[in-house]
Amino acid sequence: MTDDPLVAARSLTKRFDGFTAVDGIDFQVRRGEAFGFLGPNGAGKSSTMRMIAAVSPPSDGTLSVLRRDPVTEGPAIRSRLGVVPQEDNLDLELTVHENLVVYGRYYGLPREECRRRADELLAFVQLGDRADAQVESLSGGMKRRLTIARGLVNRPELLLLDEPTTGLDPQARHALWDRLYRLKQQGTTLIITTHYMDEAEQLCDRLVVMDRGRIAAEGSPRELITSHVTRDVIELRFAVGEQDTHVATLDGLADRLEVLPDRILLYTADADVTEAAIASAGVRPEATVIRRATLEDVFLKLTGRTLVD
Amino acid sequence: MATAALRVLEAEALHYRRAWRGSVVSTFLTPILYLLAMGMGLGTLVDRGAGTAELGLPYLEFLGPGLLAATAMQVGAGDAAWPVMAGIKWRRTYDAVLATPVAVRDIVTGHLAFTGLRLTLMATWFAVVLRLFGIAPLPRGLLAVLPAVLAGLAFSAPIMAFTASLKSEQGLTNLFRFGIVPLFLFSGTFFPVEQLPDALEPLAVVTPLWHGVELIRGAAVGFPTAWHPAAHVAVLVGFLTVGLVLAVRRLERRLLR
Repeated sequence: MTDDPLVAARSLTKRFDGFTAVDGIDFQVRRGEAFGFLGPNGAGKSSTMRMIAAVSPPSDGTLSVLRRDPVTEGPAIRSRLGVVPQEDNLDLELTVHENLVVYGRYYGLPREECRRRADELLAFVQLGDRADAQVESLSGGMKRRLTIARGLVNRPELLLLDEPTTGLDPQARHALWDRLYRLKQQGTTLIITTHYMDEAEQLCDRLVVMDRGRIAAEGSPRELITSHVTRDVIELRFAVGEQDTHVATLDGLADRLEVLPDRILLYTADADVTEAAIASAGVRPEATVIRRATLEDVFLKLTGRTLVD
Repeated sequence: MATAALRVLEAEALHYRRAWRGSVVSTFLTPILYLLAMGMGLGTLVDRGAGTAELGLPYLEFLGPGLLAATAMQVGAGDAAWPVMAGIKWRRTYDAVLATPVAVRDIVTGHLAFTGLRLTLMATWFAVVLRLFGIAPLPRGLLAVLPAVLAGLAFSAPIMAFTASLKSEQGLTNLFRFGIVPLFLFSGTFFPVEQLPDALEPLAVVTPLWHGVELIRGAAVGFPTAWHPAAHVAVLVGFLTVGLVLAVRRLERRLLR
Protein backbone atom coordinates (compact mmCIF):
# COMPACT_ATOMS: atom_id res chain seq x y z
CA MET A 1 0.00 0.00 0.00
CA THR A 2 2.63 2.55 1.06
CA ASP A 3 4.85 1.41 -1.81
CA ASP A 4 2.28 2.72 -4.27
CA PRO A 5 3.75 5.60 -6.24
CA LEU A 6 2.36 9.02 -5.32
CA VAL A 7 2.48 10.04 -8.95
CA ALA A 8 2.53 7.64 -11.90
CA ALA A 9 2.61 8.61 -15.56
CA ARG A 10 2.53 6.36 -18.60
CA SER A 11 2.98 7.74 -22.14
CA LEU A 12 1.97 11.11 -20.73
CA THR A 13 1.57 13.62 -23.56
CA LYS A 14 0.66 17.29 -23.80
CA ARG A 15 -0.01 19.03 -27.10
CA PHE A 16 -0.81 22.71 -27.70
CA ASP A 17 -2.22 23.57 -31.13
CA GLY A 18 -0.07 21.08 -32.99
CA PHE A 19 3.03 21.64 -30.83
CA THR A 20 3.99 18.72 -28.60
CA ALA A 21 5.31 20.01 -25.27
CA VAL A 22 5.42 16.64 -23.50
CA ASP A 23 5.97 13.64 -25.74
CA GLY A 24 4.92 10.37 -24.13
CA ILE A 25 6.88 10.25 -20.88
CA ASP A 26 6.86 7.59 -18.15
CA PHE A 27 7.85 8.22 -14.56
CA GLN A 28 6.91 7.38 -10.99
CA VAL A 29 7.35 9.43 -7.84
CA ARG A 30 7.58 7.54 -4.55
CA ARG A 31 6.33 8.76 -1.21
CA GLY A 32 8.90 10.74 0.77
CA GLU A 33 11.42 11.31 -2.00
CA ALA A 34 12.56 14.48 -3.71
CA PHE A 35 12.04 13.92 -7.40
CA GLY A 36 13.43 16.22 -10.06
CA PHE A 37 12.81 17.14 -13.66
CA LEU A 38 16.11 18.49 -15.00
CA GLY A 39 16.21 20.10 -18.40
CA PRO A 40 16.62 23.38 -20.27
CA ASN A 41 13.82 25.90 -20.79
CA GLY A 42 11.20 24.52 -23.13
CA ALA A 43 11.91 20.88 -22.29
CA GLY A 44 8.32 20.33 -21.15
CA LYS A 45 8.96 20.45 -17.40
CA SER A 46 6.38 23.12 -16.55
CA SER A 47 3.74 21.48 -18.74
CA THR A 48 4.32 18.22 -16.88
CA MET A 49 4.03 20.03 -13.56
CA ARG A 50 0.73 21.63 -14.56
CA MET A 51 -0.68 18.22 -15.46
CA ILE A 52 0.40 16.82 -12.08
CA ALA A 53 -1.15 19.86 -10.38
CA ALA A 54 -4.50 18.96 -12.01
CA VAL A 55 -4.86 22.28 -13.81
CA SER A 56 -4.00 21.04 -17.30
CA PRO A 57 -5.66 17.94 -18.79
CA PRO A 58 -3.26 15.49 -20.48
CA SER A 59 -3.68 15.16 -24.25
CA ASP A 60 -2.77 11.48 -24.14
CA GLY A 61 -1.48 8.72 -21.89
CA THR A 62 -2.38 8.07 -18.27
CA LEU A 63 -1.57 10.00 -15.13
CA SER A 64 -2.48 9.28 -11.56
CA VAL A 65 -1.77 11.68 -8.72
CA LEU A 66 -2.28 10.50 -5.14
CA ARG A 67 -3.98 7.50 -6.74
CA ARG A 68 -6.62 9.71 -8.32
CA ASP A 69 -7.39 10.90 -11.83
CA PRO A 70 -6.47 14.60 -12.20
CA VAL A 71 -9.08 15.15 -14.93
CA THR A 72 -12.11 13.94 -13.01
CA GLU A 73 -10.92 14.39 -9.41
CA GLY A 74 -9.09 17.71 -9.68
CA PRO A 75 -10.43 19.36 -6.53
CA ALA A 76 -9.78 16.26 -4.39
CA ILE A 77 -6.18 16.13 -5.65
CA ARG A 78 -5.57 19.85 -5.33
CA SER A 79 -6.75 19.85 -1.74
CA ARG A 80 -3.78 17.57 -0.89
CA LEU A 81 -1.17 19.29 -3.08
CA GLY A 82 1.00 22.33 -2.54
CA VAL A 83 2.10 24.34 -5.55
CA VAL A 84 4.97 26.81 -5.82
CA PRO A 85 4.80 28.29 -9.31
CA GLN A 86 7.72 29.54 -11.34
CA GLU A 87 6.56 33.15 -11.16
CA ASP A 88 5.41 34.43 -7.80
CA ASN A 89 1.70 35.14 -7.98
CA LEU A 90 1.27 36.45 -4.48
CA ASP A 91 -1.45 38.94 -3.74
CA LEU A 92 0.43 42.23 -3.75
CA GLU A 93 -2.46 44.15 -2.23
CA LEU A 94 -2.47 42.08 0.95
CA THR A 95 0.05 41.76 3.76
CA VAL A 96 2.35 38.77 4.16
CA HIS A 97 0.13 37.26 6.85
CA GLU A 98 -3.11 37.95 4.97
CA ASN A 99 -1.78 36.16 1.91
CA LEU A 100 -1.53 32.96 3.92
CA VAL A 101 -4.87 33.36 5.68
CA VAL A 102 -6.76 34.04 2.44
CA TYR A 103 -5.08 31.06 0.82
CA GLY A 104 -5.95 28.78 3.71
CA ARG A 105 -9.57 29.87 3.34
CA TYR A 106 -9.54 28.66 -0.27
CA TYR A 107 -8.89 25.19 1.16
CA GLY A 108 -11.91 25.60 3.40
CA LEU A 109 -9.96 25.87 6.65
CA PRO A 110 -11.57 27.73 9.56
CA ARG A 111 -10.35 31.31 9.97
CA GLU A 112 -8.75 30.68 13.35
CA GLU A 113 -6.87 27.66 12.01
CA CYS A 114 -5.67 29.73 9.04
CA ARG A 115 -4.21 32.35 11.37
CA ARG A 116 -2.51 29.71 13.50
CA ARG A 117 -0.96 28.03 10.46
CA ALA A 118 0.07 31.38 9.00
CA ASP A 119 2.04 32.21 12.17
CA GLU A 120 3.60 28.76 12.18
CA LEU A 121 4.56 28.84 8.50
CA LEU A 122 5.96 32.36 8.64
CA ALA A 123 8.22 31.21 11.45
CA PHE A 124 9.23 28.19 9.35
CA VAL A 125 10.21 30.29 6.33
CA GLN A 126 11.87 32.88 8.60
CA LEU A 127 9.45 35.68 7.82
CA GLY A 128 7.87 35.95 11.25
CA ASP A 129 9.04 39.54 11.70
CA ARG A 130 7.55 40.55 8.33
CA ALA A 131 4.01 39.29 8.99
CA ASP A 132 2.39 42.71 8.66
CA ALA A 133 4.56 43.96 5.81
CA GLN A 134 3.16 44.54 2.35
CA VAL A 135 4.23 41.79 -0.03
CA GLU A 136 5.54 44.38 -2.46
CA SER A 137 8.25 45.41 0.02
CA LEU A 138 9.79 41.91 0.20
CA SER A 139 12.97 40.88 -1.59
CA GLY A 140 12.87 38.21 -4.31
CA GLY A 141 14.09 35.52 -1.93
CA MET A 142 11.54 36.47 0.71
CA LYS A 143 8.72 36.43 -1.82
CA ARG A 144 9.74 32.97 -2.92
CA ARG A 145 9.83 31.76 0.69
CA LEU A 146 6.39 33.26 1.24
CA THR A 147 5.14 31.45 -1.86
CA ILE A 148 6.50 28.21 -0.39
CA ALA A 149 4.74 28.94 2.91
CA ARG A 150 1.55 29.55 0.97
CA GLY A 151 1.96 26.20 -0.78
CA LEU A 152 2.19 24.51 2.63
CA VAL A 153 -0.88 26.06 4.20
CA ASN A 154 -3.03 22.96 3.55
CA ARG A 155 -0.28 20.65 4.92
CA PRO A 156 0.17 18.91 1.57
CA GLU A 157 1.51 15.38 1.13
CA LEU A 158 3.13 16.47 -2.11
CA LEU A 159 4.75 19.83 -2.85
CA LEU A 160 5.36 20.87 -6.45
CA LEU A 161 8.12 23.43 -7.01
CA ASP A 162 8.60 24.83 -10.49
CA GLU A 163 12.07 26.37 -10.87
CA PRO A 164 12.18 27.30 -7.17
CA THR A 165 15.41 29.32 -7.20
CA THR A 166 15.45 30.89 -10.66
CA GLY A 167 16.34 34.55 -10.35
CA LEU A 168 17.58 34.34 -6.75
CA ASP A 169 21.05 35.28 -5.54
CA PRO A 170 23.29 32.50 -4.13
CA GLN A 171 22.57 33.35 -0.50
CA ALA A 172 18.81 33.31 -1.05
CA ARG A 173 19.11 30.01 -2.94
CA HIS A 174 20.90 28.35 -0.05
CA ALA A 175 18.37 29.67 2.46
CA LEU A 176 15.62 28.20 0.33
CA TRP A 177 17.32 24.85 -0.20
CA ASP A 178 17.75 24.62 3.56
CA ARG A 179 13.97 24.99 4.06
CA LEU A 180 13.30 22.35 1.42
CA TYR A 181 15.65 19.85 3.13
CA ARG A 182 13.77 20.48 6.32
CA LEU A 183 10.46 19.75 4.62
CA LYS A 184 11.78 16.53 3.17
CA GLN A 185 12.96 15.43 6.58
CA GLN A 186 9.45 16.03 7.85
CA GLY A 187 8.16 13.58 5.26
CA THR A 188 6.82 15.85 2.52
CA THR A 189 7.30 14.47 -0.97
CA LEU A 190 8.87 17.07 -3.28
CA ILE A 191 8.72 17.34 -7.05
CA ILE A 192 11.12 19.94 -8.39
CA THR A 193 11.80 21.22 -11.88
CA THR A 194 15.06 22.98 -12.49
CA HIS A 195 17.54 23.84 -15.19
CA TYR A 196 20.32 24.18 -12.61
CA MET A 197 22.36 21.01 -12.29
CA ASP A 198 23.68 22.05 -8.89
CA GLU A 199 20.13 22.41 -7.62
CA ALA A 200 19.23 18.97 -8.95
CA GLU A 201 22.32 17.46 -7.30
CA GLN A 202 21.66 19.22 -4.01
CA LEU A 203 17.96 18.50 -3.68
CA CYS A 204 16.95 15.45 -5.68
CA ASP A 205 17.09 11.83 -4.56
CA ARG A 206 16.08 10.80 -8.04
CA LEU A 207 15.55 12.71 -11.25
CA VAL A 208 14.76 12.45 -14.91
CA VAL A 209 16.68 14.40 -17.52
CA MET A 210 14.18 15.99 -19.90
CA ASP A 211 14.83 17.30 -23.37
CA ARG A 212 12.35 18.37 -26.04
CA GLY A 213 9.37 16.79 -24.31
CA ARG A 214 11.06 13.43 -23.73
CA ILE A 215 12.90 11.76 -20.90
CA ALA A 216 16.54 11.16 -21.84
CA ALA A 217 17.65 9.39 -18.66
CA GLU A 218 16.54 8.53 -15.14
CA GLY A 219 18.28 7.80 -11.85
CA SER A 220 19.89 9.33 -8.78
CA PRO A 221 22.37 12.13 -9.51
CA ARG A 222 25.24 9.77 -8.68
CA GLU A 223 23.87 6.93 -10.82
CA LEU A 224 23.39 9.25 -13.76
CA ILE A 225 26.93 10.53 -13.52
CA THR A 226 28.58 7.13 -13.11
CA SER A 227 26.55 5.45 -15.82
CA HIS A 228 26.82 8.20 -18.44
CA VAL A 229 30.12 10.00 -17.87
CA THR A 230 33.54 9.43 -16.33
CA ARG A 231 34.53 10.55 -12.85
CA ASP A 232 36.82 13.39 -13.92
CA VAL A 233 36.61 16.14 -16.49
CA ILE A 234 39.44 18.27 -17.84
CA GLU A 235 38.41 21.57 -19.41
CA LEU A 236 40.88 23.17 -21.80
CA ARG A 237 40.66 26.71 -23.12
CA PHE A 238 42.80 27.95 -26.00
CA ALA A 239 43.68 31.28 -27.55
CA VAL A 240 41.20 32.46 -30.16
CA GLY A 241 41.33 30.38 -33.34
CA GLU A 242 43.73 27.78 -31.89
CA GLN A 243 41.19 25.31 -30.52
CA ASP A 244 40.47 23.48 -33.79
CA THR A 245 44.12 22.65 -34.43
CA HIS A 246 44.32 20.58 -31.22
CA VAL A 247 41.20 18.48 -31.56
CA ALA A 248 42.86 15.70 -33.56
CA THR A 249 45.81 15.49 -31.14
CA LEU A 250 43.58 15.36 -28.06
CA ASP A 251 41.27 12.73 -29.51
CA GLY A 252 42.32 9.43 -28.05
CA LEU A 253 43.93 10.90 -24.93
CA ALA A 254 40.65 10.57 -23.01
CA ASP A 255 37.59 8.28 -22.96
CA ARG A 256 35.55 10.91 -24.70
CA LEU A 257 36.00 14.40 -26.12
CA GLU A 258 33.40 17.14 -26.18
CA VAL A 259 34.17 20.20 -28.32
CA LEU A 260 32.22 23.29 -27.27
CA PRO A 261 32.49 26.70 -28.97
CA ASP A 262 34.71 28.10 -26.20
CA ARG A 263 36.44 25.03 -24.73
CA ILE A 264 37.23 21.34 -25.06
CA LEU A 265 36.12 18.84 -22.42
CA LEU A 266 38.01 15.61 -21.87
CA TYR A 267 36.25 12.85 -19.95
CA THR A 268 38.60 10.52 -18.12
CA ALA A 269 38.70 8.12 -15.20
CA ASP A 270 41.99 9.60 -14.01
CA ALA A 271 42.64 13.27 -14.57
CA ASP A 272 46.31 13.16 -13.54
CA VAL A 273 47.21 10.55 -16.15
CA THR A 274 45.36 12.39 -18.90
CA GLU A 275 46.83 15.74 -17.92
CA ALA A 276 50.31 14.30 -18.21
CA ALA A 277 49.45 12.82 -21.61
CA ILE A 278 48.20 16.21 -22.81
CA ALA A 279 51.48 17.83 -21.76
CA SER A 280 53.65 15.20 -23.38
CA ALA A 281 51.62 15.51 -26.61
CA GLY A 282 52.84 19.10 -26.70
CA VAL A 283 49.42 20.73 -26.30
CA ARG A 284 49.67 24.05 -24.42
CA PRO A 285 46.21 25.38 -23.50
CA GLU A 286 45.71 28.88 -22.10
CA ALA A 287 43.81 27.50 -19.13
CA THR A 288 43.20 24.06 -17.67
CA VAL A 289 40.48 23.20 -15.17
CA ILE A 290 40.18 19.78 -13.59
CA ARG A 291 36.90 18.94 -11.92
CA ARG A 292 34.49 16.16 -11.02
CA ALA A 293 31.80 15.33 -13.61
CA THR A 294 28.36 16.83 -12.94
CA LEU A 295 24.82 16.42 -14.24
CA GLU A 296 25.67 19.14 -16.74
CA ASP A 297 28.07 16.66 -18.35
CA VAL A 298 25.37 14.00 -18.34
CA PHE A 299 23.04 16.37 -20.12
CA LEU A 300 25.69 17.33 -22.64
CA LYS A 301 26.41 13.66 -23.37
CA LEU A 302 22.75 12.79 -23.77
CA THR A 303 21.61 15.76 -25.83
CA GLY A 304 24.72 17.33 -27.29
CA ARG A 305 23.71 20.64 -25.74
CA THR A 306 24.34 22.58 -22.54
CA LEU A 307 21.61 23.18 -19.95
CA VAL A 308 21.92 26.92 -19.64
CA ASP A 309 22.86 28.84 -22.74
CA MET B 1 -19.02 24.62 -4.73
CA ALA B 2 -21.15 27.43 -3.35
CA THR B 3 -18.87 27.67 -0.33
CA ALA B 4 -15.81 27.92 -2.59
CA ALA B 5 -17.40 30.91 -4.34
CA LEU B 6 -17.98 32.44 -0.90
CA ARG B 7 -14.26 32.12 -0.15
CA VAL B 8 -13.52 34.04 -3.35
CA LEU B 9 -16.03 36.67 -2.29
CA GLU B 10 -14.37 36.85 1.13
CA ALA B 11 -10.93 37.44 -0.40
CA GLU B 12 -12.30 40.20 -2.62
CA ALA B 13 -13.94 41.85 0.36
CA LEU B 14 -10.61 41.80 2.18
CA HIS B 15 -9.06 43.57 -0.80
CA TYR B 16 -11.77 46.14 -0.81
CA ARG B 17 -11.32 46.82 2.87
CA ARG B 18 -7.75 47.83 2.13
CA ALA B 19 -8.40 49.78 -1.06
CA TRP B 20 -11.87 51.25 -0.65
CA ARG B 21 -10.78 54.89 -0.40
CA GLY B 22 -9.99 55.22 -4.08
CA SER B 23 -13.33 53.95 -5.28
CA VAL B 24 -15.41 55.80 -2.70
CA VAL B 25 -14.70 59.15 -4.30
CA SER B 26 -15.61 58.01 -7.79
CA THR B 27 -18.72 55.99 -7.01
CA PHE B 28 -20.06 58.08 -4.15
CA LEU B 29 -19.13 61.63 -4.98
CA THR B 30 -19.50 61.64 -8.77
CA PRO B 31 -23.31 61.24 -8.80
CA ILE B 32 -23.65 64.24 -6.49
CA LEU B 33 -21.48 66.34 -8.78
CA TYR B 34 -23.48 65.27 -11.83
CA LEU B 35 -26.79 66.00 -10.14
CA LEU B 36 -25.55 69.43 -9.10
CA ALA B 37 -24.15 70.35 -12.51
CA MET B 38 -26.50 68.67 -14.95
CA GLY B 39 -29.60 68.25 -12.81
CA MET B 40 -29.74 71.60 -11.06
CA GLY B 41 -27.63 73.72 -13.39
CA LEU B 42 -28.60 72.49 -16.82
CA GLY B 43 -31.97 71.22 -15.56
CA THR B 44 -33.13 74.73 -14.73
CA LEU B 45 -32.72 75.65 -18.39
CA VAL B 46 -34.37 72.46 -19.61
CA ASP B 47 -37.37 72.99 -17.35
CA ARG B 48 -37.66 76.62 -18.40
CA GLY B 49 -37.94 75.48 -22.05
CA ALA B 50 -40.05 72.64 -23.36
CA GLY B 51 -38.23 70.05 -21.19
CA THR B 52 -40.71 69.25 -18.48
CA ALA B 53 -43.62 69.08 -20.90
CA GLU B 54 -41.72 66.76 -23.28
CA LEU B 55 -40.29 64.55 -20.56
CA GLY B 56 -43.41 64.45 -18.45
CA LEU B 57 -41.43 65.25 -15.30
CA PRO B 58 -38.86 67.80 -14.06
CA TYR B 59 -35.38 67.21 -15.54
CA LEU B 60 -33.75 66.48 -12.16
CA GLU B 61 -36.25 63.67 -11.58
CA PHE B 62 -35.59 62.37 -15.06
CA LEU B 63 -31.83 62.49 -14.63
CA GLY B 64 -31.45 61.07 -11.09
CA PRO B 65 -32.63 57.49 -11.78
CA GLY B 66 -30.82 57.50 -15.13
CA LEU B 67 -27.56 58.36 -13.40
CA LEU B 68 -28.07 55.50 -10.97
CA ALA B 69 -28.38 53.08 -13.89
CA ALA B 70 -25.33 54.57 -15.63
CA THR B 71 -23.25 54.37 -12.44
CA ALA B 72 -24.31 50.74 -12.00
CA MET B 73 -23.11 50.07 -15.52
CA GLN B 74 -19.76 51.70 -14.84
CA VAL B 75 -19.22 49.80 -11.58
CA GLY B 76 -20.24 46.52 -13.20
CA ALA B 77 -18.10 47.07 -16.28
CA GLY B 78 -15.07 48.32 -14.35
CA ASP B 79 -15.11 45.36 -11.95
CA ALA B 80 -15.18 42.93 -14.86
CA ALA B 81 -12.35 44.63 -16.72
CA TRP B 82 -9.10 45.54 -14.94
CA PRO B 83 -9.34 43.30 -11.86
CA VAL B 84 -10.10 40.31 -14.09
CA MET B 85 -7.23 41.14 -16.44
CA ALA B 86 -4.95 41.37 -13.40
CA GLY B 87 -6.13 37.96 -12.21
CA ILE B 88 -5.57 36.36 -15.60
CA LYS B 89 -2.45 38.06 -16.79
CA TRP B 90 -0.87 40.92 -14.88
CA ARG B 91 -0.61 39.30 -11.48
CA ARG B 92 -1.77 35.77 -12.31
CA THR B 93 -3.62 35.55 -9.04
CA TYR B 94 -6.24 33.33 -10.68
CA ASP B 95 -3.54 30.70 -11.26
CA ALA B 96 -2.81 30.79 -7.55
CA VAL B 97 -6.49 30.37 -6.68
CA LEU B 98 -6.92 27.53 -9.18
CA ALA B 99 -4.07 25.59 -7.56
CA THR B 100 -6.47 25.08 -4.62
CA PRO B 101 -9.76 23.14 -4.78
CA VAL B 102 -11.48 26.34 -5.98
CA ALA B 103 -12.75 26.05 -9.59
CA VAL B 104 -13.11 28.60 -12.38
CA ARG B 105 -16.88 28.81 -11.87
CA ASP B 106 -16.26 29.68 -8.21
CA ILE B 107 -13.94 32.52 -9.23
CA VAL B 108 -16.55 33.85 -11.66
CA THR B 109 -19.54 33.59 -9.34
CA GLY B 110 -17.57 34.82 -6.33
CA HIS B 111 -16.33 37.81 -8.27
CA LEU B 112 -19.82 38.62 -9.55
CA ALA B 113 -21.23 38.24 -6.05
CA PHE B 114 -18.69 40.77 -4.84
CA THR B 115 -19.61 43.15 -7.66
CA GLY B 116 -23.24 42.65 -6.61
CA LEU B 117 -22.33 43.68 -3.07
CA ARG B 118 -20.56 46.77 -4.29
CA LEU B 119 -23.54 47.64 -6.48
CA THR B 120 -25.88 47.22 -3.53
CA LEU B 121 -23.78 49.56 -1.44
CA MET B 122 -23.58 52.12 -4.23
CA ALA B 123 -27.30 51.99 -5.06
CA THR B 124 -28.29 52.29 -1.42
CA TRP B 125 -26.14 55.38 -1.12
CA PHE B 126 -27.76 56.64 -4.31
CA ALA B 127 -31.20 56.24 -2.74
CA VAL B 128 -30.03 58.58 0.01
CA VAL B 129 -28.74 61.05 -2.58
CA LEU B 130 -32.03 60.93 -4.50
CA ARG B 131 -33.81 61.70 -1.23
CA LEU B 132 -31.42 64.58 -0.44
CA PHE B 133 -32.08 66.14 -3.83
CA GLY B 134 -35.80 65.70 -3.34
CA ILE B 135 -36.00 63.41 -6.37
CA ALA B 136 -37.52 60.37 -4.68
CA PRO B 137 -38.59 59.50 -1.14
CA LEU B 138 -36.28 56.98 0.51
CA PRO B 139 -38.55 53.90 0.16
CA ARG B 140 -38.90 54.51 -3.60
CA GLY B 141 -35.16 55.05 -3.94
CA LEU B 142 -34.51 51.79 -2.11
CA LEU B 143 -36.95 50.09 -4.46
CA ALA B 144 -34.52 50.99 -7.25
CA VAL B 145 -31.58 49.16 -5.59
CA LEU B 146 -32.47 45.74 -6.95
CA PRO B 147 -32.88 46.82 -10.59
CA ALA B 148 -29.62 48.77 -10.30
CA VAL B 149 -27.77 45.68 -9.04
CA LEU B 150 -29.29 43.63 -11.83
CA ALA B 151 -28.34 46.20 -14.47
CA GLY B 152 -24.77 46.36 -13.20
CA LEU B 153 -24.41 42.57 -13.23
CA ALA B 154 -25.96 42.39 -16.70
CA PHE B 155 -22.88 44.35 -17.80
CA SER B 156 -20.38 42.67 -15.54
CA ALA B 157 -20.90 39.05 -16.61
CA PRO B 158 -20.59 39.52 -20.40
CA ILE B 159 -17.67 41.92 -19.97
CA MET B 160 -15.92 39.33 -17.82
CA ALA B 161 -16.28 36.93 -20.74
CA PHE B 162 -14.94 39.62 -23.05
CA THR B 163 -11.93 40.31 -20.81
CA ALA B 164 -11.24 36.57 -20.58
CA SER B 165 -10.60 36.46 -24.32
CA LEU B 166 -8.36 39.53 -24.52
CA LYS B 167 -4.64 39.32 -25.18
CA SER B 168 -3.87 42.89 -24.11
CA GLU B 169 -5.46 45.72 -22.18
CA GLN B 170 -5.95 47.74 -25.37
CA GLY B 171 -9.23 45.88 -25.80
CA LEU B 172 -10.39 47.19 -22.43
CA THR B 173 -9.53 50.77 -23.33
CA ASN B 174 -11.49 50.36 -26.54
CA LEU B 175 -14.42 48.80 -24.70
CA PHE B 176 -14.74 51.87 -22.52
CA ARG B 177 -13.97 54.37 -25.24
CA PHE B 178 -16.34 52.95 -27.85
CA GLY B 179 -18.82 51.07 -25.65
CA ILE B 180 -19.32 52.27 -22.11
CA VAL B 181 -18.84 56.01 -22.65
CA PRO B 182 -21.25 56.23 -25.64
CA LEU B 183 -23.79 54.15 -23.72
CA PHE B 184 -23.44 56.48 -20.77
CA LEU B 185 -24.22 59.42 -23.03
CA PHE B 186 -26.88 58.00 -25.34
CA SER B 187 -28.83 55.26 -23.53
CA GLY B 188 -31.52 57.34 -21.94
CA THR B 189 -29.59 58.71 -18.99
CA PHE B 190 -29.51 62.35 -20.02
CA PHE B 191 -32.34 62.40 -22.56
CA PRO B 192 -34.96 59.90 -23.77
CA VAL B 193 -33.77 57.50 -26.49
CA GLU B 194 -36.70 58.72 -28.63
CA GLN B 195 -34.58 61.82 -29.22
CA LEU B 196 -31.93 59.73 -31.00
CA PRO B 197 -31.94 59.49 -34.81
CA ASP B 198 -34.30 56.67 -35.77
CA ALA B 199 -31.44 54.48 -36.99
CA LEU B 200 -29.71 54.59 -33.59
CA GLU B 201 -32.74 54.06 -31.42
CA PRO B 202 -32.88 50.24 -31.77
CA LEU B 203 -29.17 50.15 -30.87
CA ALA B 204 -29.87 51.75 -27.51
CA VAL B 205 -32.69 49.32 -26.92
CA VAL B 206 -30.52 46.18 -27.25
CA THR B 207 -28.07 47.31 -24.55
CA PRO B 208 -28.67 46.39 -20.92
CA LEU B 209 -28.37 50.02 -19.86
CA TRP B 210 -31.61 51.19 -21.44
CA HIS B 211 -33.54 48.37 -19.72
CA GLY B 212 -31.89 49.29 -16.45
CA VAL B 213 -32.77 52.95 -16.91
CA GLU B 214 -36.39 52.09 -17.63
CA LEU B 215 -36.72 49.83 -14.58
CA ILE B 216 -34.98 52.24 -12.22
CA ARG B 217 -36.92 55.25 -13.43
CA GLY B 218 -40.11 53.27 -12.97
CA ALA B 219 -39.13 52.21 -9.45
CA ALA B 220 -37.75 55.54 -8.22
CA VAL B 221 -40.08 58.14 -9.67
CA GLY B 222 -42.98 55.98 -10.88
CA PHE B 223 -42.38 56.85 -14.51
CA PRO B 224 -44.14 54.34 -16.80
CA THR B 225 -41.67 51.82 -18.28
CA ALA B 226 -41.40 51.40 -22.06
CA TRP B 227 -41.98 47.66 -21.91
CA HIS B 228 -43.63 45.57 -19.22
CA PRO B 229 -41.21 45.57 -16.23
CA ALA B 230 -41.00 41.78 -16.38
CA ALA B 231 -39.71 42.03 -19.96
CA HIS B 232 -36.98 44.45 -18.92
CA VAL B 233 -36.01 42.15 -16.06
CA ALA B 234 -35.95 39.17 -18.42
CA VAL B 235 -33.56 40.93 -20.79
CA LEU B 236 -31.18 41.82 -17.94
CA VAL B 237 -31.31 38.31 -16.48
CA GLY B 238 -30.60 37.02 -19.99
CA PHE B 239 -27.45 39.15 -20.28
CA LEU B 240 -26.33 38.02 -16.84
CA THR B 241 -26.89 34.32 -17.51
CA VAL B 242 -25.34 34.18 -20.96
CA GLY B 243 -22.42 36.29 -19.76
CA LEU B 244 -21.84 34.01 -16.79
CA VAL B 245 -21.80 30.85 -18.89
CA LEU B 246 -19.48 32.43 -21.46
CA ALA B 247 -17.15 33.83 -18.81
CA VAL B 248 -16.73 30.42 -17.16
CA ARG B 249 -16.16 28.69 -20.49
CA ARG B 250 -13.62 31.22 -21.76
CA LEU B 251 -11.70 31.42 -18.50
CA GLU B 252 -11.54 27.63 -18.33
CA ARG B 253 -10.18 27.50 -21.85
CA ARG B 254 -7.61 30.15 -21.04
CA LEU B 255 -6.47 29.15 -17.56
CA LEU B 256 -6.78 25.35 -17.65
CA ARG B 257 -5.09 24.63 -20.95
